Amino acid sequence: MSKTAKLFSLNIIVALSALLLQTGCGKKSESGDTTEKVSIQNQGSDTMVNLAQAWAEAYAEVDPAVSVEVSGGGSGTGIAALINGTVELANSSRKLEESEKAKAQQNTGKEPKEYMVGYDALAVFVHKDNPMEEITIQQLAAIYSADGSVTKWSELGVKNAGCPNDEIIRVSRQNNSGTYHYFREAVLGKGHDFRLGSVDMNGSKDVVELVSKTPCAIGYSGMGYATTDVKMLRVAKKQGDPAYAPSIETTLNQTYPIARPLYMYTLGEPSEHLKKYLDWIHADAGQQIVKESGYVPLPKDGSLESGMPAKE
Amino acid sequence: MSNKRRFGTLAEPIIEGLIRVCGFSAILFVLGIFFFVFREGSDFLINKLDVKQFLTSIEWYPDSPSNKRYGVLALLAGTASVTVLAMMIAVPFGLGAAIFISEFCSSRLRETFKIVIELLAAIPSVVWGFIGLTVMNPLIIEIFNAPIGLNVLNGGLILALMSVPIIVSIGEDALKAVPDSYREASLALGTTKWQMVYRVLLPAAKNGLLAAALLGVGRGVGETIAVLMATGHAVQIPDSFLDPVRTLTATIAAELGEAPVHSDHYQVLFIIGILLFSITFVVNLVADLVVKGIKGK
Repeated sequence: MSKTAKLFSLNIIVALSALLLQTGCGKKSESGDTTEKVSIQNQGSDTMVNLAQAWAEAYAEVDPAVSVEVSGGGSGTGIAALINGTVELANSSRKLEESEKAKAQQNTGKEPKEYMVGYDALAVFVHKDNPMEEITIQQLAAIYSADGSVTKWSELGVKNAGCPNDEIIRVSRQNNSGTYHYFREAVLGKGHDFRLGSVDMNGSKDVVELVSKTPCAIGYSGMGYATTDVKMLRVAKKQGDPAYAPSIETTLNQTYPIARPLYMYTLGEPSEHLKKYLDWIHADAGQQIVKESGYVPLPKDGSLESGMPAKE
Repeated sequence: MSNKRRFGTLAEPIIEGLIRVCGFSAILFVLGIFFFVFREGSDFLINKLDVKQFLTSIEWYPDSPSNKRYGVLALLAGTASVTVLAMMIAVPFGLGAAIFISEFCSSRLRETFKIVIELLAAIPSVVWGFIGLTVMNPLIIEIFNAPIGLNVLNGGLILALMSVPIIVSIGEDALKAVPDSYREASLALGTTKWQMVYRVLLPAAKNGLLAAALLGVGRGVGETIAVLMATGHAVQIPDSFLDPVRTLTATIAAELGEAPVHSDHYQVLFIIGILLFSITFVVNLVADLVVKGIKGK
């Protein structure tokens, strides 16, 4: 009796998975029947994955012959894949390091080519019941850095009623994240480390999700990931300076202190269809999607290279 | 008729050979995996690794811009704390459920239970992780007044729920394997049902029950994605079960994708793999010896 029950449930599982597989395949062949499809493998930054997905979906209507397959994983993952030659197009929310460029050259014989595709303002999030409104870069460093010592909300002069034992829960990102690298450099300063014991999340969305459910938490993520359950703090460069909320204007006029360019990288000169895709991203249609996805589009007058400087 | 028999005599050695290959392949795969994991990490392990620092430092800074440090003590403590808590919950519950299903419940109820428990085993670990992240996190904050709900308790509970089905089904098999004559003899002597379970069945089935518990431990040490999502992924030695921790497996899962092939960081992650391999090897070996020891008596 039990054996037949086991076999029966096994059969159901097998049948279901077969069904799933079939429907999956069916869809693919349906759209691929008409013309020979070219696919672009696009991997990397988790900050950019929503944006890259939105581009890919919109581009499917512009050029049905090209399908862009997007996956996230973090900037480091995309760059590692580019170095290993397994993707054509890598998304990165940080600049490629010289050593990585050299490694790619050595591995594949081609030099990575950089395209700036937009900007992202890094928002600092707290729980919506947290009374805090603004924060300085120094305060952020004191909370997150290995040299810093702030562990309680009261040390920042904040009375966080939702957080009974006053402890600041630092939400950070795993170290394959470009956001993590940018935050470390821009907030903690060059050569400084994060203090151990932060809660390291796998994705930008997870950070916001966790902060929205945790009254003691503070976290950072692209401003495109903001929801109504979390509060974005205004950020000031230093004590006494005016604090600014992250937005398209404050990013482009460089008053918001933690904003950064977003990049895409190809190996050597892009193939014809890839070049067309990148051109489309830089054109109005692509930049409109940047805006709609909650990121900051490239300034209209500036060329690609003369955008905002990556670092100060 | 004779045709059939000839086919039988021909097929026999072929089938036997195939089964033999299947058996030996298991050994081959284990050796192969160990060889490849060891090879990836061996250069760093032999030439550069400061073993003392590796095992006794909590400083896990694999990508520090100024000073890279590889200390896994906090990760070891994370794995140990989550596994121990999970086993403290799962072993009594699992063995209790096994005893109930095998001895105390009606046969119709038993079938229902077994199907439900098998369903529990069929839930993918990433789904458990989601439950930890979205359901248990706010619950733990509320109930324990904790600053964060992603912690040892959350990971331990999730892991306990994941190991219970294994413990139940293996434990139940072990109890089933005790001959009915034991039960009959005990009851005939006038014991109650519980006395029979406690004094006769448990001693008779202890090898199998121990194996059930240790397989649960194995699951605990090796489980990755669910604990990655539920424990908070924070490098620190926990003071209480409400502190977030990070486990060895979660570290490999989170960082291997980013580490450039053959870099120091990559090799250290493989050394953590060797460490995990050694831990499970020791657990299994101890289990084997204990079981043999019990048998010897």
